[in-house]
Amino acid sequence: MSVGTAEEIKFSDELMAFIEEWKNKPGNLIMILHRVQGEFGYIPRAAAMKVSEMIGIPLAKIYGVITFYHFFKTKKPGKYIIQVCLGTACYLRGGQDIMNELETILGTSVGHVTDDGLFSIEAVRCIGCCGLAPVMMIGNEVFGKLTPEKVPEIIADFRNRA
Amino acid sequence: MVKKSYILVCGGSACEASKADAIYESFKKVLEDEGLKNDVQVVKTGCFGFCEKGPIVKILPEEEFYVEVKPEDADEIVHETIIKGRPVQRLLYKDKDLKVDPKADKFDMSKIGFYQKQFRIVLRNCGFIDPENIDEYIARDGYQALEKAITQLGPDGIINEVKTSGLRGRGGAGFPTWIKWNTTKGVSAPQKYVVCNADEGDPGAYMDRSTLEGDPHSVLEAMTIAGYCVGASKGIIYIRAEYPLAIKRLEVAMAQSREYGLLGDDILGTGFNFDIEIRLGAGAFVCGEETALLRSIEGNRGMPTPKPPFPAVEGLWHCPTVINNVETYANIPVIVLKGGEWFKSIGTEKSPGTKVFALTGKINNSGLVEVPMGTTLREIIYDIGGGIRNGKAFKAVQTGGPSGGVITTENLDTGIDFDALARIGSMMGSGGMIVMSEEDCIVDVVKFYMTFCVDESCGKCSPCRIGTRKLLDYLTKISNGNGTMEDLDKMTEIGMAMKKAALCGLGQTAANPVLSTMRYFKDEYIQHVQDKKCVAGKCINLIRYEIDPSKCIGCTLCSKRCPAGAITGEKKMAHKIDQAKCVKCGECYKGCKFGAISKI
Repeated sequence: MSVGTAEEIKFSDELMAFIEEWKNKPGNLIMILHRVQGEFGYIPRAAAMKVSEMIGIPLAKIYGVITFYHFFKTKKPGKYIIQVCLGTACYLRGGQDIMNELETILGTSVGHVTDDGLFSIEAVRCIGCCGLAPVMMIGNEVFGKLTPEKVPEIIADFRNRA
Repeated sequence: MVKKSYILVCGGSACEASKADAIYESFKKVLEDEGLKNDVQVVKTGCFGFCEKGPIVKILPEEEFYVEVKPEDADEIVHETIIKGRPVQRLLYKDKDLKVDPKADKFDMSKIGFYQKQFRIVLRNCGFIDPENIDEYIARDGYQALEKAITQLGPDGIINEVKTSGLRGRGGAGFPTWIKWNTTKGVSAPQKYVVCNADEGDPGAYMDRSTLEGDPHSVLEAMTIAGYCVGASKGIIYIRAEYPLAIKRLEVAMAQSREYGLLGDDILGTGFNFDIEIRLGAGAFVCGEETALLRSIEGNRGMPTPKPPFPAVEGLWHCPTVINNVETYANIPVIVLKGGEWFKSIGTEKSPGTKVFALTGKINNSGLVEVPMGTTLREIIYDIGGGIRNGKAFKAVQTGGPSGGVITTENLDTGIDFDALARIGSMMGSGGMIVMSEEDCIVDVVKFYMTFCVDESCGKCSPCRIGTRKLLDYLTKISNGNGTMEDLDKMTEIGMAMKKAALCGLGQTAANPVLSTMRYFKDEYIQHVQDKKCVAGKCINLIRYEIDPSKCIGCTLCSKRCPAGAITGEKKMAHKIDQAKCVKCGECYKGCKFGAISKI
């Protein structure tokens, strides 16, 4: 993937309008970065450069913010983002076993993308469904009361959708 | 004859995850097909709290309470309960201790052990109203407190009620709310702010999420009251981006309030202006700390700043700022409406009111519970929570999340409030309550918390940045079986230093799990260090699998399951595990049908 420059990357009209609207509001950076990530799935370097030019915040400061917060990604994630909850409740009820199983069957590790670009695995802290622990999310779908045995079937289902 | 009925479907996050949406649609369709859509109203409510048994469906006026409902059950519920007035037995919650008269025509939800000891102030509307409909909030006395505050009490009157109520901040530290408000009120400044901390970062706690999802107006109303009281015209809700449903419901609620003249310019025709906007968090635990949160709203890295100056005097963009947590705000309308004296009559003397806990872990009924302060842990765990899962023995309960400590059997009968928890070495925190059983290893759990703190330390001050890392190193060493007795002393020493020297609440409390378990479970640490044993079997370097040759019949199953090729032996002869090759995955142990493999 080419790195691209601020001139080459294209923002949608909605994103441009949002940045225009927020441009002069104090403390706008995090809100704008959320929108950028919403559009690209992550924050490409070129996009960060473009934001820097548009709102006049130095690139170094933008990267300072991006890398401080867990939510922001600097690498392109897989088509399906698998979020395994490793909050305390899920951890106690076997969240790590779910993670291990996923890493085994997908042949990649947490924070990485599979070679086919289909899945990326993330560890998250509590998605607020502790009653269903252990839990994982794929896209917007939540899978609760998991056991390692249930994982292969769920992954196979997503492979078929792709 | 069909009378007007209501079908309440839980629309909290956990139930949504279990297809509550599909259940809602399914009810709509069945009612449409039966021509009942004008007689029966389907309402998607906020969280009922009983997440373990979700999705929950409640039918009014019959008061039927159905658990673990599936979309395909809608047909039967409509035909049996709505049309014929009979309960669907198989979906009723079965509480083994529940004594209900089978002939009674109404099923009383409050008789379920889970709800019996609860007292709902914060969650008063959750599970009763449609959170996306302001009229339902108003019908349950919503916005009356705002009217009373502006037209009758005035700013001083509000401070008085809040002071009388004795309300303390529910975010964890328990600071008296009225002092914060009064301080900001007393500072003269052209611009002041009211901020709501909805950055619920404690893993295993979701009280604020459920409150916002189930009753967003209660928080908006309270912030408006706070704004009027201190003389602020702007409110900001700082909420985790990971809570999309709560964000959406807040946006809907804000739009409705503006339309009704309850938010925006000239509120209730009194000339008072106040508006609220939402700012998203981005996943940093330290942003739950108020000064870090304010830096994050300002668009910076969320790193705390020293206090004083306190936010009440110099907060957001150097303006005086009232900052409270979601649960604290949710109490305000009730205090204003019913009076501080009423509120003070609930709970304990020093900690009036109730507290919402997210009861999770090795507990039968995990879910959201609200109890008066002073309720004992035994009541919460056994009467409400239904005891420990799978009949295991209780070991400890962790309150206050990664900043809290463990509470053991000896303190189960302590009535919990801010001060009692601090006395026994834990803290209230935001309300996470994680139950551990004999199957959990203390060293392993503390290591889990410390990994979290290492990740979340912002790095600004060295006691926290280096201290958490050192503690994790020691814990890892101990769980690997390489710890020494000296390490245990060093851990305590580092922990005490962090408590004294760290800059913010995160660093000052990060060592709490270590310090409190050292106090109550020192034996278990010593077992790991001296005997190289992990009784719970969680520290994999300390466990060993062995085959009992007298029980092994040589079926070869274990050697087939072993991913490491560590098990050898002839067919029909006793097998053997090569400990040097064993990766301790436990596959052999799980697979053996003859109980010949033991975990030591």
